[in-house]
Amino acid sequence: MHGSVMLIELGAIILCLGLLGAVSVRFSISPIPLYLLAGLAFGQGGILPLATSDQFISAGAEIGVILLLFTLGLEYTAGELVGTLRSSAVGGLIDLVLNAAPGVIAALVLGWGPVAAVAMGGVTYVTSSGITAKVLGDLGWLGNRETPAVLSLLVFEDLTMAVYLPILTALLAGAGLVSGSITLAVSALTIGVILLVALRFGWAVERFVASPSDEVVLLKVLGLTVLVAGVAQKLQVSAAVGAFLVGIALSGPLAHTARELLSPLRDLFAAVFFVFFGLHTNPGDLPPVAGIAALLAVAGIGTKLLTGWIAAARLGTATTGRLRAGAALIPRGEFNIVIAGLAVAAGVNPRLGPLAAAYVLILAVAGPLLARAAEPLARRLRRRDVKVP
Amino acid sequence: MDLERTPLPGIGLQHVFTTARGRRVGVVSHRDGRRDLVIYRRDDPDSASEAVVLNPEEANALAELLGAARIVERLAELHRQVEGLVSEQIPIMAGSAYDGRSLGDTRTRTRTGASIVAVVRDREVIASPRPDFVFRAGDVVVAVGTAEGTSAVAAILADG
Repeated sequence: MHGSVMLIELGAIILCLGLLGAVSVRFSISPIPLYLLAGLAFGQGGILPLATSDQFISAGAEIGVILLLFTLGLEYTAGELVGTLRSSAVGGLIDLVLNAAPGVIAALVLGWGPVAAVAMGGVTYVTSSGITAKVLGDLGWLGNRETPAVLSLLVFEDLTMAVYLPILTALLAGAGLVSGSITLAVSALTIGVILLVALRFGWAVERFVASPSDEVVLLKVLGLTVLVAGVAQKLQVSAAVGAFLVGIALSGPLAHTARELLSPLRDLFAAVFFVFFGLHTNPGDLPPVAGIAALLAVAGIGTKLLTGWIAAARLGTATTGRLRAGAALIPRGEFNIVIAGLAVAAGVNPRLGPLAAAYVLILAVAGPLLARAAEPLARRLRRRDVKVP
Repeated sequence: MDLERTPLPGIGLQHVFTTARGRRVGVVSHRDGRRDLVIYRRDDPDSASEAVVLNPEEANALAELLGAARIVERLAELHRQVEGLVSEQIPIMAGSAYDGRSLGDTRTRTRTGASIVAVVRDREVIASPRPDFVFRAGDVVVAVGTAEGTSAVAAILADG
């Protein structure tokens, strides 16, 4: 029976993810690397290849990306985004240049071509705002002086994604100079229109969605988000960006309700997305790229430390705070995989997927651990300063 | 006192100030109502040494504890400022001349100089009653004025 096999597989996968999630809670680490490993185990060349549920998983993965970006947009109000752009543009640009460089250079040195270079730049650039926010909360760093600088950088990165993803989508589609520029113009226009609606007519969207019934709000918000994401995809803007902008358009108490209602769905489908990415990565492809991934990870740690150091120094923070800011920015996670997923789907170099998976596996685990080491390290640095005046 | 207010995008707001004795204290206000009470290190004003997570109920309780004491202090201060001013609580007895008559009828302000600022009825405080307010036996009238003024009010309310 085809249906029963599918249900058994699906149930087993989700149960397995639940158990992995419990492990991640127990050791206070991000579940993302564990989900990726689960995907590797279930995928082609893994220990337990799946037979039938691939179709559901791939549709679920797409919804997962949309919901990830949508809930990210909910975190911010349009006003906050504009304010951040004004105040932290310099730090944000330093972040972009320093951290995209290792990926771009690696892709060019490996001879993967310019399109792969743009994708790899994105993979090494973005910090995982989810993991970083959790690290800040877990370690009690939210009140620290450098924290506003860290959070502003995260907002800037997410804004950059809204510009970067359409460009990447256009490049991956193999568009020429003319048709590429048309696509970009269309996407810029779309983003502009959605942002304008969000800034000026956010109240209208909210009035449309608002309802005393949670069920109605859930269905309206989910429907609106997936619909806009689909339209954005059709216009070559990338579904993820459309969903992100819908999230920004909602604010206030409604955003709070929407976040509470959609978080469980987001958790489910985002987990499915990470598994999906793992599924399509052959574990046998990992060892050949492990060396490059490790090198990129070391470079990524260094460039984020430097970025955080500079951003915190601009706020007048001392050594400890600068190290903490850098360490908090190290984790990579969901968006690096989203970017790599786009590139893989478009059939860029087949080694890009495994490389991104290995890179994220290393940094999603190493980031939070390094963050815990930041304060002891700063203390040792200070003591040495005292000893050697 | 200087209160620094910093937005934390995606989280909420951070308020920090330095006490007269040089300790830095802050509150991180999350959008969902959670509050973190942050005490900074003595040797490093950038770093939190303690971050206490409070849910909305706990944050309110703490605010009341800190705020209530302030209100008592301010009342005591007001009393010092208006020397010689007393307040008296006068019950309306059954059979009082004003049981069933209005506040305006008593003409207490013109006759005594004291003001009736509130009436307590059924454990409820009616602040600033209007002249057409009708007294009932069992009400407790709060009068503010000089000592002679308030005793005169008590005499009027008892005997007319």
